[in-house]
Amino acid sequence: MKILVPVKRVIDPYAKVKMLPDGSGLDVASVKFDINPFDEIAVEEAVKMKERDPSVSITVVSIGSSDAEEQLRKALAMGADEALLIETSDSLDSGVVAAELEIVVRQLGPDLVIMGKQATDDDRNQAGQMLAAKLGWPQATFACEVSCSPGRVTVVRETDNGEETLELTTPCLVTTDLRLNEPRYIALPGIIKARSKPLSRRPRGTSGQPKTRIVGYQPPPPRPPGRKVASVDELIAALKERGAL
Amino acid sequence: MKALLVAFSDSDRSLGGGISAKLGADFDIVQVPTSELADSAAHSLWSLVEGYAFVLASSSMRAKDVMARLAGLMDAAMVTDVTEVTAPNRFIRPILAGTLFELVETLSSPVVLTFRPSGFESNMASEGSQVAYSGTAVERGAVCTGQDVRSSARPDLSQAKRIVSGGRPLGDKETFEKVIGGLADKLSGAVGATRAAVDSGIAANELQVGQTGKIVAPDLYIAAGISGSTQHMAGIKDSKCIVAINKDPDAPIFESADFGLVADLFEAVPEFTSKV
Ligand SMILES: Cc1cc2nc3c(=O)[nH]c(=O)nc-3n(C[C@H](O)[C@H](O)[C@H](O)COP(=O)(O)OP(=O)(O)OC[C@H]3O[C@@H](n4cnc5c(N)ncnc54)[C@H](O)[C@@H]3O)c2cc1C
Repeated sequence: MKILVPVKRVIDPYAKVKMLPDGSGLDVASVKFDINPFDEIAVEEAVKMKERDPSVSITVVSIGSSDAEEQLRKALAMGADEALLIETSDSLDSGVVAAELEIVVRQLGPDLVIMGKQATDDDRNQAGQMLAAKLGWPQATFACEVSCSPGRVTVVRETDNGEETLELTTPCLVTTDLRLNEPRYIALPGIIKARSKPLSRRPRGTSGQPKTRIVGYQPPPPRPPGRKVASVDELIAALKERGAL
Repeated sequence: MKALLVAFSDSDRSLGGGISAKLGADFDIVQVPTSELADSAAHSLWSLVEGYAFVLASSSMRAKDVMARLAGLMDAAMVTDVTEVTAPNRFIRPILAGTLFELVETLSSPVVLTFRPSGFESNMASEGSQVAYSGTAVERGAVCTGQDVRSSARPDLSQAKRIVSGGRPLGDKETFEKVIGGLADKLSGAVGATRAAVDSGIAANELQVGQTGKIVAPDLYIAAGISGSTQHMAGIKDSKCIVAINKDPDAPIFESADFGLVADLFEAVPEFTSKV
């Protein structure tokens, strides 16, 4: 079984990011970058499948600047077999990403694409579903349990009011939610060792332009400062005065 | 210009008027049956979107599942989690767990949008005219073999006027239900939880509030034993009044709370429940 895992290089989800003073961009000069946590969960799930069934092969792909090599190397260190970096400095939106991934899928012919449900930088939650649509593949988003048997993938997925189980025929696409697994920790030596694994690069395969453009950034609306109360009685009184009780 | 509001639940039906007015569009409504999986729902909607400048849905997991697939089929521009419309082609939406907002311009038409209802007026009176949903029967390769719908007597989180949420220190399911659920019931409110509480099995996954869970906007949000991570705060910022009960005076949640009580929740919450 062949698995393709797209991974995105994102700003460290725990970093405090500021915008440039004029709102034209983000001040990323001093922030760290990492694999999007949801994509890391996708890599972990693929690696677990490979541990159960050694015939599984895992390709990871990232679209973006050459810096994304760092995230691909980490995925290789976790256990992926090979990596592809589609190098571009173009601004991308989910539609362009899905179009690029569609080409990779058509060339590679995976049975399963597993990827994060959203990236923690732009929080868009679009690319997986768009890719599944373009491929005409069945999809299971927000997966919290995945199991495979020949020609079939069973997914328990989180819903707005509980969970549901979907049976998918391969090829199919799964997006990951937080509770699918706990990604293994990779120490630096492991990442260095993974340097011998193959990583190829190529330019974009489509010339499609994004259909959305970021014009600027702004801070969240300010909340008026709050205050501390000393007791439950004072809290109840304050809430009554505010009309909240 | 015309918009098509895709309703995934009865309560979505009242949400078309506010955002359509901002878009300068009249709107029609199509209701998707709950039994439809994303692939067939997106495919069926695809046959209805001709002539609409906007295809809209209120943000939910189900909406994202279906609408992004629909945008892929339509090869359309898409903007998720819109909080504000500044022009019919300009939208404000949160990024980085709500710590910043981006202004997105759409460069083509039609546009698929999901929006946060708290940013727009809801109005049951301004119902658009109904478009019939007709399922297209195609062999899609996905079947649902089991469903665990956790119906609750409590109000739905995303619509609740009052929410009581608990975090990691609640320790186990029974304590969580007794302490957090007890106050929620007293207030006729809903129950919410942090990721830490859900991951450790104290609370059900559909109760998670935050960047990757539910986005809520109640009149009153009471957070007990919650540190106030950016990911959790992303889900509660639109609450009218936030109360934090935490035993650590330096917990980050106090920065965003309207009222903060430094106390042990196991004493303060039951006292609150008995006095309110
Ligand atoms: C990609 C990603 C997505 C995420 N998405 C979400 C999300 O959607 N929602 C979410 O909630 N989190 C999310 N998180 C997790 C988030 O970063 C935090 O880990 C989580 O919110 C912490 O939960 P907590 O406040 O319950 O636990 P903790 O951070 O452990 O805080 C517990 C708090 O309880 C206080 N406390 C302890 N005992 C008592 C007591 N007896 N009385 C009163 N106070 C007490 C402590 O002082 C502390 O402040 C996400 C993380 C990542 C990386």
